[in-house]
Amino acid sequence: MKIESWLKSNTFHHSAFWDLNALVEEKQKQDLKISLCIPTLNEEKTIGKEIVIFKSELMQRYPLLDEIAVIDSDSSDQTREVASAFGAQVFLSKDILKKYGEKRGKGENLWKAIYQLEGDILVYIDADIKNIHPRFVYGLVAPLIYRPEIHYVKAFYDRPLASSQGSRPSGGGRVTEILIRPLFSLFFPELTALIQPLSGEYAVRRQVLDKIPFPIGYGVETSHLIDVYHRWGLQAIAQTDLDRRVHRNQHTRDLGKMAFGILQTFLKRVEALGILSNLPELSTTLRQFQVNNNLFEEIPLKIIEEERPPMIEIPEYRKKFAHA
Amino acid sequence: MADVSSEQENRVADSFEEILTMLPFIKEASQALREILLANLVMIGEIPSPTFEEDRRVEFIQNRFVEAGLHNASADEMGNALGILPGTTGEQNILVVARVDTVHPLSLDHTITLRPQSATGPGVGDNALGVAVVVTLPILLELLDLELQSNLVLMGASRSLGRGDLEGLRFFLSNTEIPISVGIGVEGFPLGQLSHDSIGMYRGEIVCTVPEEYDWTRFGATGAIVTINEVINQIQEIRLPRRPRSTIVLGSIMGGQAYNTIATNAVLRFEIRTESEQIGEEIFHQMEAIISDVSSQTGADISLDVFARRRPGGIHYRHPLARATRRIMSALDIQPRKSPSTSELSAFIGYDIPAITIGITYGERQNTPEEEIIIEPIFTGLAQLTGVLLAIDRGFCSEN
Ligand SMILES: Nc1nc2c(ncn2[C@@H]2O[C@H](COP(=O)(O)OP(=O)(O)OP(=O)(O)O)[C@@H](O)[C@H]2O)c(=O)[nH]1
Ligand SMILES: [Mg+2]
Repeated sequence: MKIESWLKSNTFHHSAFWDLNALVEEKQKQDLKISLCIPTLNEEKTIGKEIVIFKSELMQRYPLLDEIAVIDSDSSDQTREVASAFGAQVFLSKDILKKYGEKRGKGENLWKAIYQLEGDILVYIDADIKNIHPRFVYGLVAPLIYRPEIHYVKAFYDRPLASSQGSRPSGGGRVTEILIRPLFSLFFPELTALIQPLSGEYAVRRQVLDKIPFPIGYGVETSHLIDVYHRWGLQAIAQTDLDRRVHRNQHTRDLGKMAFGILQTFLKRVEALGILSNLPELSTTLRQFQVNNNLFEEIPLKIIEEERPPMIEIPEYRKKFAHA
Repeated sequence: MADVSSEQENRVADSFEEILTMLPFIKEASQALREILLANLVMIGEIPSPTFEEDRRVEFIQNRFVEAGLHNASADEMGNALGILPGTTGEQNILVVARVDTVHPLSLDHTITLRPQSATGPGVGDNALGVAVVVTLPILLELLDLELQSNLVLMGASRSLGRGDLEGLRFFLSNTEIPISVGIGVEGFPLGQLSHDSIGMYRGEIVCTVPEEYDWTRFGATGAIVTINEVINQIQEIRLPRRPRSTIVLGSIMGGQAYNTIATNAVLRFEIRTESEQIGEEIFHQMEAIISDVSSQTGADISLDVFARRRPGGIHYRHPLARATRRIMSALDIQPRKSPSTSELSAFIGYDIPAITIGITYGERQNTPEEEIIIEPIFTGLAQLTGVLLAIDRGFCSEN
């Protein structure tokens, strides 16, 4: 079966890539440039540590990364100051490709990074990781360096419990298990092999990244998987187990917002790919409720999942990367 | 202690001056290691390492020692991480040691927050910074292009605190075949700390249990708390000499279960501190006598358990090692600070090895989850440590 063999050949554990000397050597042989992009919105507590660790371990000790850039969504805390104090390049998302306006959301920053950063490979790492470690980067980059046919490497986090049982449930977060996995099971069964389709950490080749559209918000990861799968097939995707990731926990209400954004994106993608047709006009208002003195109150929230076109369609980009 | 002749003093001072003039340069140059040092700090500090459970932190340090190309990089059976940076002549062996254990339990969130001026988190100063400095030292020396004549033995020591009682360092000192000439203990903070001598100490607990089948009609039928109270009263009667200075600290007491049941157990924790080993022994024997006395009067079962014992000793204030260190501190404008030291020093004292412990930066809220250190003075601390190493290496710190 396809999934089974894919799990064997394209699922890795970061520990397979501990030999950073070998990795850097192979990277240099291929003359690859690798850029790290960290999207931020008010992350002053964790950003300093991420930069120091990646810079020390993966630039100074082992020259795996060629640049580290923070792309910030107008943080109101000290995120940008902290990041530049520790030597990262810091950009305001809205200052990049100004002509195309400014949209809010993490996906927007990831998209702008394709234009701003130079690498042949881009690694995206969320800024809200408390237990940051170099493996978050090398575990994702290594499959791209060693396996030319792989284009998109996604993180998952699976720390075995101290249990004697041979099998244990593996799973993503709540949104993955109650929304994404059922949707993938319906429309793209092979994509269910991705343990954590929503993880914010992944490494991608530029020539793939600049050809896919970018939803600006929560849908960006789901959309990527669908597009890469549709165009390059499951064999172009891989996943690496990075053990454990500690970050803040979300309230159910916030998960609802996330799911709403993702669902919009999902429907848009399946329609664009011709899998579903004749969808009605979809509402962009999420309706949540709260009880106040026994009275139910509606809290409507507008969530519009806009989409940026593939970067390759932007003339400025084609000019900047004309050689590619 | 023999006085250094003035002729010798001058010769020493002349070339020692050279080290002093290098210090500002060393401090400046070490800034280049900011990221590497801070990354080590964070990665080390985020691995929980309570006493007796240091293995993961030790493994990390050991990997660093291997990466730095140290000789004999290994962990010994006591769980110490060790590595040797060979010197050009190897005449002396300088041991630079930082304890790897902390007071924080495995279950505590060990996340460290890094800001431009400071780092915060449990154990960040005590002693993740000390360990990070030891681990970064080979890179610092390479960066500075400094080749020592002496072998540098680098060590992350396990089982230092509380009941660990410096077991790791003691084990190494008693089993190693390397004759250690000088020891330097590195602590995260405070910068300005200089310990070179140590008072003697016995630390232990007195446990009183009343047997289940206790005859409640006998004298003392009020249970373990009253019994231990009697022990306390008698301990307070022990006569302590003014000189050499000695004290008995009764640090904590626990006992009983409820309002209305007679306590069947009580624990008293104490520490004897003294400048004289002999007096320490005497006090200890008196406590033993008190306990057997009270025990036979009351029928309660009382035990005296000493789990940490430190000999008083160390080097004199005027020892060349202490003097050189003070001069280096003053050249770097480091204000000397008095601080209670739970330091590695007493293990060195036990083996008659001249040693000091020094701090690297300033910090606060020690041993709380919000422990914090300031980043900038770290580079002064690194210059201090390097200066002391050079002074030892070039022979300015030995008595003859
Ligand atoms: N939500 C959000 N995140 C942004 C934005 N711009 C940048 N980011 C960064 O994108 C990363 C992911 O954001 P999170 O809010 O953690 O979203 P998530 O990872 O999907 O959700 P969590 O489960 O909370 O981690 C973080 O590094 C944010 O700082 C934005 O406009 N909105
Ligand atoms: Mg997140």
